Amino acid sequence: MKDPTLVVAGMLALSAGTFAFRFSGPVLRQRISFPPWAERLLEAAAVVLLAALVATTALTQGHGFAGLARPGGVLVGGVLAWRKAPFLVVVLAAAATTAVLRLLGVP
Amino acid sequence: MSSIYRTLARGTLRDIALACLAVWFIGLSYGAIAVASGFPLWFPAAQSVLVLAGASEFLFIGIVAAGGNPIAAALAGLLVNSRHLTYGLALPDITGPDMTTTGPGRIWRRLLASHVMNDETVVFALAQEDLPRKRAAYWTCGLGVLLCWPAGAVLGALIGGAIGNTNAFGLDAMFPAVILALIMPALRDRVTVRAALAGAAIALAATPFLPAGLPVLLALAGVLVVVASQRAASQRAASRGTAP
Repeated sequence: MKDPTLVVAGMLALSAGTFAFRFSGPVLRQRISFPPWAERLLEAAAVVLLAALVATTALTQGHGFAGLARPGGVLVGGVLAWRKAPFLVVVLAAAATTAVLRLLGVP
Repeated sequence: MSSIYRTLARGTLRDIALACLAVWFIGLSYGAIAVASGFPLWFPAAQSVLVLAGASEFLFIGIVAAGGNPIAAALAGLLVNSRHLTYGLALPDITGPDMTTTGPGRIWRRLLASHVMNDETVVFALAQEDLPRKRAAYWTCGLGVLLCWPAGAVLGALIGGAIGNTNAFGLDAMFPAVILALIMPALRDRVTVRAALAGAAIALAATPFLPAGLPVLLALAGVLVVVASQRAASQRAASRGTAP
């Protein structure tokens, strides 16, 4: 861990900010109401962020391609999730697929 | 606790227990990945209790491990966690005043209720029919996650430190699979899935050139797809309004 003080400061900022989000939602709810389009946009923004997180963590490592084993596992998990398989099955199938692919020599 | 058992249906309790088990399991991979990325054991342990929001913690660790700036990592995590604000706006008054507690206990209760708000608790609370059941589901799942997530993280960090190469077990595929499973219900909406694909494509295209964390933020431009569709819908409505 490079520069531990800065890393801990970052973590504390993340936890304080996250708590502020959690606390202010119910407080704001009693005072203001967002128009439906704004609510729709906020909801979509969260999904877009998380989808980008899925794409980058599944396909890339540093600035390059992560190899085929990891995206292969994520793909299997994604198909199972689409078919409404239980959460635990999705997660374990993804890890198992990647592990087996690596065992077979897939990068 | 006994009143919670009487309030919630047995099926709901089983589902909450399964969700907490899944959280514990993801916690294992989180702790293992954190240690494998060069963090000391106490870091994922502390972060799991203080932040208590899996996706943002993975993101933070990922960006810092890739050499990114910790403050940028915190901002990226906050952007991901901003959804908790909308959760609070969408939930009925679960974390608010409760007639059964008074005095300073009420304040602590409210602070704790805010802290345990997460994807799972909100999903279970929204699925219940009335306010007492919503409250019971919220607290059961929330406290379950508060126990399972750090417990998993610590055990994972211990195991990860012991086995070394966690990639051999495919643990690195777990996190994207978890997030994908969580957003899958939202992705069944046509406009949202187009925005998500656009965002993912932007992030992937930017990854070779930008510092870690920024590509995911850039992906927010994908939201423009939703804006465009809303505008098109309102224009269609307007033109229908003027038609004879």
